[in-house]
Amino acid sequence: MAKRMGRNTLITETFPSVVGYAAVASKKEGEGPLGRELDVVCEDSYFGEKTWEKAESRMQKDAVSKAMAKAGVAVSELDYVFAGDLLNQCIATTYGLRDMGTSFLGLYGACSTMAQSLGMAALFVDTGMAGKAAAVTSSHFCSAERQFRFPLEYGGVRAPTSQWTVTGSGAAVVAQSAEAPYIKAVHFGKITDMGITDINNMGAAMAPAAAKTLGDFFSDTETTPDDYDLIVTGDLGIIGRDLLRELMQREGITLGKNYTDCGLLVYDRTEQKVESGGSGCGCSAITLCSYIMNRIKSGELGEVLFVATGALMSPTSQQQGESIPAIAHLVHLSNNKNAVKGS
Amino acid sequence: MEYLRAFIVGGLICVIGQILIDRTQLTPARILVGYVTAGVILSAFGLYAPLVEFAGGGASVPLSGFGHLLAQGVREAVDEKGLLGVLTGGFTAAAAGITAAMLFGFIVAMVGKPKSKN
Repeated sequence: MAKRMGRNTLITETFPSVVGYAAVASKKEGEGPLGRELDVVCEDSYFGEKTWEKAESRMQKDAVSKAMAKAGVAVSELDYVFAGDLLNQCIATTYGLRDMGTSFLGLYGACSTMAQSLGMAALFVDTGMAGKAAAVTSSHFCSAERQFRFPLEYGGVRAPTSQWTVTGSGAAVVAQSAEAPYIKAVHFGKITDMGITDINNMGAAMAPAAAKTLGDFFSDTETTPDDYDLIVTGDLGIIGRDLLRELMQREGITLGKNYTDCGLLVYDRTEQKVESGGSGCGCSAITLCSYIMNRIKSGELGEVLFVATGALMSPTSQQQGESIPAIAHLVHLSNNKNAVKGS
Repeated sequence: MEYLRAFIVGGLICVIGQILIDRTQLTPARILVGYVTAGVILSAFGLYAPLVEFAGGGASVPLSGFGHLLAQGVREAVDEKGLLGVLTGGFTAAAAGITAAMLFGFIVAMVGKPKSKN
């Protein structure tokens, strides 16, 4: 049964495993640094469907099927699926997963959804409420443009400094197993709003939320960044990453060479013209469910803190001149079952 | 020679737009509306007509030229119909342009399939 450490950190008792994981993406992601590690790359951004929303649903369906196949788990064996996306009413998720027949918990964490869903799946399995649970999320450049800015048909010009929404879906199946990656701890974050209104600078809006989550986690667990091989945020981009370093330094915490951001890992910023880096639920999801978990499995990475960050505004709140509140959820993954320090 | 003038003036008008995109947070929609409004104001002060004479298409094709067209239409309509012309003049002058935009936009939407920007 998971225990609380400090105020808000939950340490799992049984260290549930990610028994299968998969990343599905499109052309741009396939051409990026993660390219060869992605399970499915479809050059056609429609994924053979009629609309981009359907394409995003298709990606989720493919990601979860692939993850289950890699886990050797049939859909009938899944007890719960935790999933969400960026679209109104999370339709990419509901329409994508509607045929699963599994108890479904839809989530909205914006780009933090991968950590939120994985954390929930891990806790359900650790506490015995589920034998097997899945966590899925996705984003699609074209459906996100329609959702948050303008449909692509409008032909509008994007600001050169904005981040590029990743077209991708990541899925992870969690169960008890003797194989890494293991989930050792989960820390759900608090909504943080520092008054940033600039939609083209979401990294700056989300960095404070990541700082809060990391700060609270380090304080609860009495650990420091040096206790981990990798600390990776979801999609702060280059500006958010530098701001997070600065905010943590003010608290006396140094994020050194073992800190990076999925938004900077998913695309080659020099070759692929993505100004500040990648963003969207799919950004952290496909990076985690390929690059990061592969390296935990191989033993290259031991202790990893996966901190996905989300900006919780809507087009309406933007138009009404509101600031951008953000949140960051943390999952501690590991390649070993050594007890967590201090637990 | 007139092509060169059209090129330079039209180009400069577009450079202003590019600077606004690159250096400000203004959305494309706001910039375009700004162009139309600027055209109306410059026309009202009699500054746009000489520019059109000088640069031809280079001044009439950019959206500021559309503003100029609206202003001219309103002037003519007010001369003819009095104050009611304020409401009718702009539409009458711009009718061909607006209808063409809607018609061609519709046709292209029916025929084309949007692609993601890669």
